[in-house]
Formats: sequence, structure tokens, C-alpha cells
Amino acid sequence: MYAIEVDKLTKIYGKGETSVTALQDASFTVRPGELVAILGPSGSGKTTLLTCIGLINEPTHGRVVIDGTTVADGGWNGGIDLKRMRREKLGFIFQAHNLIPFLTARENVMVALEINGLARNDAKKRSTELLNALNLGHRMNNYPTALSGGESQRVAIARALANRPRVILADEPTAALDTENGKNVMDLLKKLAVENNSAIMVVTHDHRMVENFDRILEVSDGRICAEKTSHGGTKV
Amino acid sequence: MNLAIRDIRYHRGRFVLTSIGLGLLLGVVISMGGIYRGLIADALAILNANKADIWVVQQGTNGPFAESSRIPEEIRYRIAAVPGVAAVSPLAFQTIQIERSGKPFRFFLVGYDLNGFGGPPAIIAGRNIGRKHYEMVVAKSMKVDVGEKLRLGHNEYTIVGISENIVSSGGDPAAYVTLADAQEIQFRKSNHAIRNERAKTGASVAGNKSISPQQSELLKQNIIATNEAIHTVNTVMVRLAPGADLPEVQGMIGRWNHLRAISDAEQTAILAKGMIEKARMQLGLFRVILLIISGVIISLIIYTSTLDKIRVIATLKLIGSQNRVIIGMILQQSLLMGILAYGIGYLLILLTYEKFPRRIVLEAFDLQSLFVIVMAICVISSFVGIRKALKIEPAEALGG
Repeated sequence: MYAIEVDKLTKIYGKGETSVTALQDASFTVRPGELVAILGPSGSGKTTLLTCIGLINEPTHGRVVIDGTTVADGGWNGGIDLKRMRREKLGFIFQAHNLIPFLTARENVMVALEINGLARNDAKKRSTELLNALNLGHRMNNYPTALSGGESQRVAIARALANRPRVILADEPTAALDTENGKNVMDLLKKLAVENNSAIMVVTHDHRMVENFDRILEVSDGRICAEKTSHGGTKV
Repeated sequence: MNLAIRDIRYHRGRFVLTSIGLGLLLGVVISMGGIYRGLIADALAILNANKADIWVVQQGTNGPFAESSRIPEEIRYRIAAVPGVAAVSPLAFQTIQIERSGKPFRFFLVGYDLNGFGGPPAIIAGRNIGRKHYEMVVAKSMKVDVGEKLRLGHNEYTIVGISENIVSSGGDPAAYVTLADAQEIQFRKSNHAIRNERAKTGASVAGNKSISPQQSELLKQNIIATNEAIHTVNTVMVRLAPGADLPEVQGMIGRWNHLRAISDAEQTAILAKGMIEKARMQLGLFRVILLIISGVIISLIIYTSTLDKIRVIATLKLIGSQNRVIIGMILQQSLLMGILAYGIGYLLILLTYEKFPRRIVLEAFDLQSLFVIVMAICVISSFVGIRKALKIEPAEALGG
């Protein structure tokens, strides 16, 4: 079973003459444990693709299946609780890490677990384990303002992993980091994809990072124009 | 995890400062309620202290507190003879303002019959009035010592005792003298005025050629005696015998067409509803305006705080947070701010109410009602923030 199945996904903003087609007929699949990049220039439709898979933006046409559940088929599937799907099946990593400023590193991870119904003590235990695993044990009680960019992004990764999601969606996770920290974050994502058997889709325009991915989907003018594998194969 | 508490903990300086500002505003609201209750308590203080069942006053007046009332003193004997009357006591009073240590010194002078009732409440220093003339008992708040002398009218009065605090309906502290002294102070004209009036009366009578000089002299003496008589009181208080019928006794006293018998309940209504009605409405209006201002301020604070948290709320929504988590965070912050501000306001008034020039009476019911109103305002005020928060799209968490 695929972690993500996208079939002829189209997103049109607006109606009539002013409508803009941000994404057209995108089709692909992602297996569990696979690390996939969505590459393309600004305005090409990368983030729209990510938000449609992330259950944030309602597709205009096409089908999206997450972990075997059809979440959209020409619009949202009415029987699906999107928030619950996001909580249980998806993890998000942002360009600006988006840590909650008034929560400590550990509380930032705990909040995702508690929202998903985990008891406080269990949430505390799991977040401590995650942060230790990401070498942030010594930063657990620090607020985001006291963390470096790389540390903040690792806390954000811990939060995204907290509920053991089947799919992790990352929007430019290395854009705000220097080369070394960016590489560390990508190495970490690659390791996690394998260890947790999660599908990871990363939106990026950072060509320095492409070697880390199993597959690259190139997006241009709202269409997937090329699909490359790490072995060098290209499908146009 | 309580996100509201976490946010407050992180921004505690801002939260506490905002709450202090709001607390000062609520302190004013609390004090206004206290002033209103104080007005009522002051207005009814002398009424309640005397425990009279009926106040007999000049016909056609709402006296003796709300309007001026003057009745002859000897009417007390006729009232005492009415069936059902157990005791009567006349009272004469007036507000006096003299100069003391270079400052205006204002008080409410009550003259009472030493053999009747209507005298000062419990004496806390010195003794009660024991002589018929020139002794005075003053309320503690007048800040006059036993042994001090005050000049009133033609004479000097010695302070012989200090009573518990009691004030007039105008909030002035009360001082007590004998009825005779009060009549002397209130009704005795100055020597110059007496001389002038006697000369005027003499000239007027002398001009009457229809009577003999002896008759003229007699007439002059009678007119002068009438003019200079001071046996007038402002009210006669009546206490009923056990089992007496109040309306019946009132009716019997009222039958003398120059008197009005006002029951204690009617007197309370005249004072509470009549005299202080405008003050009550004024204070009530101020309280409403201040509560509306508090509501607007809380709304603005909560709305601004929600705007500050757009990305936080968007992130929470993106990671699948239920709306109740976000609503709870905003609502709890609003309520906590209201609770803290109310506590600060209450504490402020509790520490300062004795320093107010007028009495502040804090009643549990008023405080509880205000607390409920403040909480309701907090809930309503948080709606603007909640509305904004619910409109935030999870997609706003994306991007740099």
C-alpha cells in the first residue's frame, strides 16, 4: 500500500476569468519510507501540491489517498474528519519551524501529543525520548528564543514525528538554515524516513540538497514536468 | 496542557501590567458601588439610630430631613396623649459650618431632649451630656478631643464625649447638644437683630392711635415675646406601644391639620428614593459606562493578543488541534485577566476605602454581582478574539 497516492490532482483558485490554475493533473505515488522532493521555482505550484496533500487546501479535481484512505476525490471526502487525519496520519515541518514561542522545547512536542489525546505523563515521556533521540536532551526546558536555528528545526521535526505519522510534509525545512545545519536536517529526515517507515515529502528549491532524496518531482507552471530517481533515471 | 496559562506565564509582565490597568478601572467601579451604598447608609444613619416609629413634621412637607419642617415644641404633649403612643421626643437640628484652625469645619448639630430619646449612639470616650446647657458630644470622625471648646452662636460649648461615627444624610458628622441649646443656636437672633426688631415693633405699635399707651406697651411686649420665642422643633419622634396600630396612630396625629405623621418606612423611602435618587442614577450611569469601557478594553486586549498569535493558532490548526483547544485558550485568558483585574480592584478599594472623604460601604451582594458581570463581560469580550481565531486558516502557518 502506498503512503500517498495522488491522481490527476488539480487546484484552481478563483472562478471565471480571474481563475488561476495552480496545479494541473498531478499524479504520483509515494511509498512508506521514501524521501521525495518537490522541486521547482517560486510560483510553480509546489506549496499548493503540499497543502492539498496536507488536507489544508481543497483540491478542485482529482483524487488524494493517504495511507489507504481516500481523503479527496473531486473535493473533500465528506466522511473524513480532516483534523483527525492531520493529527494521526500527517506531520508538518515548516520553513520557519513555527514553534509556539510560549512553550518550551518539550512542551512544543507534548502539545502535538496531547492534542491527539495522549495523557500528559505519556506525552511527557514520549517527547523526552524524541528530543533525546534528536540530541536535544539538554535543551528540553528552553524556550524557542533560546534555541539556535538548527535546534529549533530539530524540535519541529520531533513535533512532526510525535504521533508517528505515516506521512511527513516539509515546506522548505532547510531554507532558514546554513549549509551545515541544512545538511544535518536532511540527513535526519532521511534516517527517520527509513526508521519510522514514513513517507516524507519535502518542498524545496535548494538544489544542494537533491542528492539526499530517493525521488525528485520537478514542478513547473502547475504541472509535474519531470520525475527523477536517485539512481539518475528520469521520467518526463 | 493549559495553553492559556503557558502564554500568560511567558508574557507575565505584559499580562500583569494590563490586569493592573484594568484593575484600577474596576476599582473605580467597585468604589462607586460603595459610594452609593454609603450614600444610603449615611442617609438612613440618624433615622436608624433613633428607632422611631413615626416622625411628626410640618404639614405638607417631607421633613425633617428631605425638607425643612418647623413645628411648635409643645405639640409633643398632645402627641404623647394619643392612644397607642408609648414615648415622644422632639428633635431640632441644623447643618453648621464654622472655621476651625483656619479650615471650614462642617457638622450636623442635633438637639435632643435629655429625658427623651434621639441622643448620640454609644459613647466611646468621655461621657454623655449631663447638664442642660453648653455641653456637646461629637462623632469620632469630627476629630475633636474631649475638653475642647467650640463657639456656636452666642455661646461656647465644651466637648464632653465622643460617640461612634454617625453622619447626616449629607454625610456630615453629627454632634449632639441639648434641645434647649440647639433651639438657642438655631432660632435665637443676634443681639443687633433683636434690638432692630424691638425698635421696629415699638415704632409700629406706637403709631397706632386707636389704642391707649398702656395697651400699646402690652401689645409691644406680646409681639416681641412671640417674635423671639425659640420653642420650635423640626420634628417630634414617636415610639408606639406594643400592639399599637401604626396607620391608626398616624391617622389620629394627622387629624390636627397642621401636622403630618410619617412612618419610619415612609421616611426611609423619602430619604432613599427621593434625596439620593439622582446621585444613585449618576453613580449607576458612571458604573455602566466604566463597565462598557472595561469591556471594550478587554475586547481590544484579547483581539490584539489573538492577532499576535495568528501563526501559533494556524500551527495548532495545522497539527490538527480541535477548535475547543483554541477557544479555550482565548476564553481562559480573558477570564483570568478579569479575575486578576477584579482582585486588584477589590484589594485597592479594601486598602483605601477608609481614606475616602465619604463613606464607602462594600456589600457582599454588590461585590458578587459585579464579579459575575465582569466574568460575563470577559466572555462576551473574548468573542471578537475567538471569531478572529476561528477564521485563521491552517495554511497561514506555511511560508517564511
